[in-house]
Amino acid sequence: MLSRTADHLFWMSRYMERAENLARLLDVTWQMSLVPQSLDVANQSWNAIIALNSLEEAFEAKYSSVNAENVLRFMVSDADNYGSIHSCLRLARENAHAVRGTITTEMWETLNSTWLEAREKSFEQIWGAGIGDFFEWVKMRSSLTRGTTLGTLLQDESYNFIRIGTLLERADNTARILDVKYHVLRTHEDEGATDFYEWGALLRSVSAFEVYRKVYRDVITPDRVAELLILNKDMPRSLHFCMNSVIKNLDLIANLQSGETTRQAGLLHAQLHYARIEDILEQGLHEWLTDFMDRIYMLGDGISKDFLVPMSEAA
Amino acid sequence: MNFYNEMMDANDGVRAHYKAYDEWLKATPPERIARKRAEADLAFHRVGITFAVYGEEAGKERLIPFDIIPRIIPPHEWKSLQSGLRQRVKALNMFLWDVYHDQEILKAGIIPAEQVLNNAQYRPVMKGVDVPGRIYAHITGVDIVRAGAGEFYVLEDNLRVPSGVSYMLEDRKMMMRLFPELFAKHKVAPVQHYPDMLLEKLRAVSPKGVSNPTVVVMTPGAYNSAYFEHTFLAQQMGVELVEGRDLFVKDEVVYMRTTQGPQRVDVIYRRIDDDFLDPTVFRADSSLGVPGILKAYQAGNVTLANAIGTGVADDKSIYPYVPDMIRFYLGEEPKLNNVPTYMCRKPEDLKYTLDHLPELVVKEVHGAGGYGMLVGPASTKEQIEHFRKLLIEKPDGYIAQPTLALSNCPTFVEEGIAPRHLDLRPFVLSSGECVNMVPGGLTRVALTKGSLVVNSSQGGGTKDTWVLED
Repeated sequence: MLSRTADHLFWMSRYMERAENLARLLDVTWQMSLVPQSLDVANQSWNAIIALNSLEEAFEAKYSSVNAENVLRFMVSDADNYGSIHSCLRLARENAHAVRGTITTEMWETLNSTWLEAREKSFEQIWGAGIGDFFEWVKMRSSLTRGTTLGTLLQDESYNFIRIGTLLERADNTARILDVKYHVLRTHEDEGATDFYEWGALLRSVSAFEVYRKVYRDVITPDRVAELLILNKDMPRSLHFCMNSVIKNLDLIANLQSGETTRQAGLLHAQLHYARIEDILEQGLHEWLTDFMDRIYMLGDGISKDFLVPMSEAA
Repeated sequence: MNFYNEMMDANDGVRAHYKAYDEWLKATPPERIARKRAEADLAFHRVGITFAVYGEEAGKERLIPFDIIPRIIPPHEWKSLQSGLRQRVKALNMFLWDVYHDQEILKAGIIPAEQVLNNAQYRPVMKGVDVPGRIYAHITGVDIVRAGAGEFYVLEDNLRVPSGVSYMLEDRKMMMRLFPELFAKHKVAPVQHYPDMLLEKLRAVSPKGVSNPTVVVMTPGAYNSAYFEHTFLAQQMGVELVEGRDLFVKDEVVYMRTTQGPQRVDVIYRRIDDDFLDPTVFRADSSLGVPGILKAYQAGNVTLANAIGTGVADDKSIYPYVPDMIRFYLGEEPKLNNVPTYMCRKPEDLKYTLDHLPELVVKEVHGAGGYGMLVGPASTKEQIEHFRKLLIEKPDGYIAQPTLALSNCPTFVEEGIAPRHLDLRPFVLSSGECVNMVPGGLTRVALTKGSLVVNSSQGGGTKDTWVLED
């Protein structure tokens, strides 16, 4: 397969996954903000979203204050913000457009119509219709894209690159959500009731509320939430699950120069496989997650150099 | 002017080959047709069968309007068109071989040598290069029109990178999806095997000694007006769609960059102009091409389809000589008519042209896509005077032709069904001795009342083209 094709597939799936995770994060933050809380706490969670995506500068350049409506406008519909859902859907479509001969007609039509519909929605319309509906729509379109891929695409290299893109992105996003929310929630740890709702919302943002119940059959505690999202190998949005799939797909596309990348991925996977949550928490969750995100970034970089934009042979 | 109507005869009777369609049209409720037309629009949009228009907002894509009334060609008309096309394309390929080798036709004085050798489209780098099967134009789009008395004329030959074949195929798919019952009533010759035929031709011209060639389609990129077609053809043939940056040349061999390392490329169906192919030889500012590809080509290590330098044969200043080429190379009388052409570089032709501007069509010698032309009868005084100035300044840049009474065909327009002018572009495929085509081609229709310009960049639409079988 052409390296450029693989590159477009990789980024197509990353942007779609990013749009979905953003919708999840914004949805949960929006829902939490509806639970009675001090304005301070509320603004802190909106602030956290901007910080989570390292978009402080871009946000401050356009908006004077951090509040729900401003942050949502910026992260949902702002075409100037490369990190907004609007931009992610556009970039997913643009990458798909560049390889529309490689993906199936159904996949292309799904991605194209998602973008065409998104383009028609102004923030006022989205806000007026109830922003929760929009987040549901984004999640559904992402599910539809994934389902169409699974149901129609030949499971060759193109499928492997799509999966690697999706899962690297998801691992990164789950780690980010956990990092920010864990920090915010831990510093405000007080009465049981608020805690329950907030941890519950965090779990829901990664579709893990029912999963938590099933796995632990017990009250929600921060440490178990961390354990579920990091170490559970069967939960589709956990770091362990994502890395499982990344190494499987990496094995299938290995080439002569990808040895080191495969080794790094295996190492990261092994650490998740054999880790205990007690040790991670003792080391400090924030430190541990920061290190994890760095290594995910390095992995993406390695994949890019080995497969997607190889420069070496051009003399 | 008297126009030939494809569907109705001079007495307003329906022509025999349109009878069954006419009955169906009369029996079908207008609401059903309106619904089907809306369905077609939606489907074309969703699938993204669009083209980009130069000069409009960057990245903007437009649909090419699709008309549901087919253009129907009876079997005997197609047979004579087909044999005329074979003859013409064969002669054009022989001409190209000749001008890049012994130049017999110039020595014989059939075509003035300076007309060919000083032509901007003549590529000296191709002199003496032996292309496989002596084929230069592997894919030729010949634009054919029908005039007042029903006779066919070749309007121009497109031997560089003719486009539109994807619309031919998508139009047929759409018609079969919308109105399957019509295909039960008519014996319409199939066209869907075009990509197969194309792949077979491309494989047949691979470099010497390559038994299982790697074929690719090369595109200038996603912002090219015909990008949809490039992806479509690559997908239908099951080959890679590459851009210049995906390829590199090492030791006069072309490779593509793949996830498994470099892979050799043998045949390139390139949809990019000569000028942009190799920045080390042609335009240095081209970022679309591949440095060194010309050397690999000259060494015979890769085949380009179409070959470099085919433009010298479809140039409008060479067009008037095509009938002579047929006589010279094949010893046959041309089966297809050429439109009488005034070459403005000749003083007497220039004088005639200047005296008759309001009745003539004036075209830029190197122009394409309906840009840079004057349709005398449809132009304002200012436009005519503007062209008069251009002609006097640079007479050898233009040719003039009588305004043909292009045939028309009933078409859905805002005010209902009305006749609109159309042309036909069959796609002729060549390899070695063999010249093939799928029956029919792309029918383009001018949607503006009275307009004779059918190019999609000028607001033209398309129709499905049916060649009926005996």
